Amino acid sequence: MEKMPAWADAVLVPIISLLLAAILSALVIVAIGEDPVAAVKLMVQGSLGSTYGWGYTLYYATNFMFTGLAVAVAFHARMFNIGGEGQAMLGGLGVAVVCLYMPWPHWSLALIFATLSAAAFGAAWAFLPAYLQAKRGSHIVITTIMFNFIAAALLNYLLVNVMRPKGSMDPATAKFPETTHLPTLHDILEPFGIAFSKAAPANVSLIVAIIACVAVYFLIWRTRLGYEIRAFGHSESGAKYAGISPVKITVVAMLISGGLAGMMAINNVMGEGERLIMNSTEGAGFIGIAVALMGRSHPFGVFLAAILFGFLYQGGAELALWTSIPRELIVVIQALVILFTGALDNMVRMPLEKLFLMFRKGDA
Amino acid sequence: MDFLTIIQVLDSTVRLATPLLLACLAGLFSERAGIFDIGLEGKMLAAAFFSAAIAAMTGSVWLGLLAGIAASLFLSGIHGLASITFRGNQLISGVAINFLAAGMTVLIAQSWFKQGGRTPSLMSEGRFNPIELPFAEALSDVPFLGPIYSELISGHSILVYVALAAVPATWWILFRTRFGLRLRAVGENPAAVDTAGVSVVGLRFAAVAICGVLCGIAGAYLATGLQAGFVKDMTAGRGFIALAALIFAKWRPWYALSACLLFGFLQAIALRYQNIDLGAFTVPVQVMDALPYILTVVILAGFVGKAVPPRAGGEPYVKER
Repeated sequence: MEKMPAWADAVLVPIISLLLAAILSALVIVAIGEDPVAAVKLMVQGSLGSTYGWGYTLYYATNFMFTGLAVAVAFHARMFNIGGEGQAMLGGLGVAVVCLYMPWPHWSLALIFATLSAAAFGAAWAFLPAYLQAKRGSHIVITTIMFNFIAAALLNYLLVNVMRPKGSMDPATAKFPETTHLPTLHDILEPFGIAFSKAAPANVSLIVAIIACVAVYFLIWRTRLGYEIRAFGHSESGAKYAGISPVKITVVAMLISGGLAGMMAINNVMGEGERLIMNSTEGAGFIGIAVALMGRSHPFGVFLAAILFGFLYQGGAELALWTSIPRELIVVIQALVILFTGALDNMVRMPLEKLFLMFRKGDA
Repeated sequence: MDFLTIIQVLDSTVRLATPLLLACLAGLFSERAGIFDIGLEGKMLAAAFFSAAIAAMTGSVWLGLLAGIAASLFLSGIHGLASITFRGNQLISGVAINFLAAGMTVLIAQSWFKQGGRTPSLMSEGRFNPIELPFAEALSDVPFLGPIYSELISGHSILVYVALAAVPATWWILFRTRFGLRLRAVGENPAAVDTAGVSVVGLRFAAVAICGVLCGIAGAYLATGLQAGFVKDMTAGRGFIALAALIFAKWRPWYALSACLLFGFLQAIALRYQNIDLGAFTVPVQVMDALPYILTVVILAGFVGKAVPPRAGGEPYVKER
């Protein structure tokens, strides 16, 4: 017998965790001498109060959808892919190679190939940790952490020594050509007569991210591979007994995960930066962990959690602009969300389970 | 490269290896007891901030050190609560602790000092200053051995010597005391320890607490010994290099010393030389940055000896009923 109904597990537990994180964050704001109510108002106003704010919220959310899905797919195979950051960096490299060194007649073609290239680069970066985990038993968490640092060093080298245009001091590639620039939400919504801020960076990648959410849903719950991934995640020995190869599932799940993380680059590198810079990922790979935990590794949950974190990010930027609360407040909130929805999950769950059992006894 | 340059590079190797060594031994205690800790980075960062902040406010570096250890212990407490008491995922808890420290240090620094997330620079009494060992001055003119003694061995802050002393101490505690035996056992087979009537939870909390103290000293050394004050994200991945060193050392104290000295040496080289010209080709500085991580992956892959972690590492212990 399940101790709790499914809805409580999927909705109640994350919401309580979020509330706990919110209460603690409010206490932090009070402790540094600011007014939490005013802060929340400012955040909502700045991120949801105008199409400009929405444009930034959705731009961040697009990043987090990709990285959140990446972590979620790995979670289904009971692996913790902490290397989304490095995989997204490599994805940026994939986008840059496609956009800089190939001529494109139209952005749509460029987008398709950039997406594929970003996914391939991200997946390639996840391959070695996955292979080592499957074949040699090296712990994937440690190897993916190491690969994040190696990715940063590699990108640093390439941007400083190889891809930097002559005469430029900036460790960044040249601007991508005009034909690879992606249409923003402003360009997309204008024909429908909807006015959307021109300055906001949200772009067509948002649609790709939503398609990715749907695709991951079908992959995990409607395909044989998804079933195998979930079976492996529930019980490795059980999966083995059913004839599922652990090596294959580990590697394939990580390739999909890395590919999704890499695909983030079409948003931040191709859509917003329009060139590859250092640290273009801005920690989005790590926020994917919080997003996947919050969204209970379900694509729809990831979608909602990504928008929530997009709101927090844009709201946090507004706070830093108008008050003396630094942007790092968001990092604290992110840490608390990871703590309560991930590590202290049982602390929230155990009392709830007891409560539900009590009610059930009352019914019987 | 002349003799004096070599001495100078080795000297900065020792300085840079110290925080790695302390954090590495911290991780050693925790992981030997079966608690994975990827939150070393965060604990060091929190300790670095609080030690610098308290040292700046009180002018006493020792109070700063205590504050740093307290901050690190607090985070250890969260990690213990999540991974021992509530049997949560230890890796996720570590990630959360890293972010918590990264965010909170800047928030508090901004609120207290209003200098954009840093502490004021520490004056000399707010820092751990170099100690001259006896006769260092007198012996410095002796050829060869003189510079080694006066430049390399003497003239570090007290925490460097504490870190070096912590290596044999760790070895002794882990391999020559009853507590150490139990601590190692709880990382390999907690059920056996439980059957023997020893508290698994108690031992694991003790290990996590020792880890907190050592990370606290590591962080305090960063902010009050190596540098003069706290700046945002000043640990710069050292917690992860320490983790790499721990795997490189296969969870053993003396190997940890050599691994940390090696990684400290790589940092010292990268700091001193930008690109190394080897005649036929140039080694870019980024290779030096990435080398500890690459070496760790190679070790983990089992191509150079096999790194076997404690068997019960990462598994919460559930008492049988």
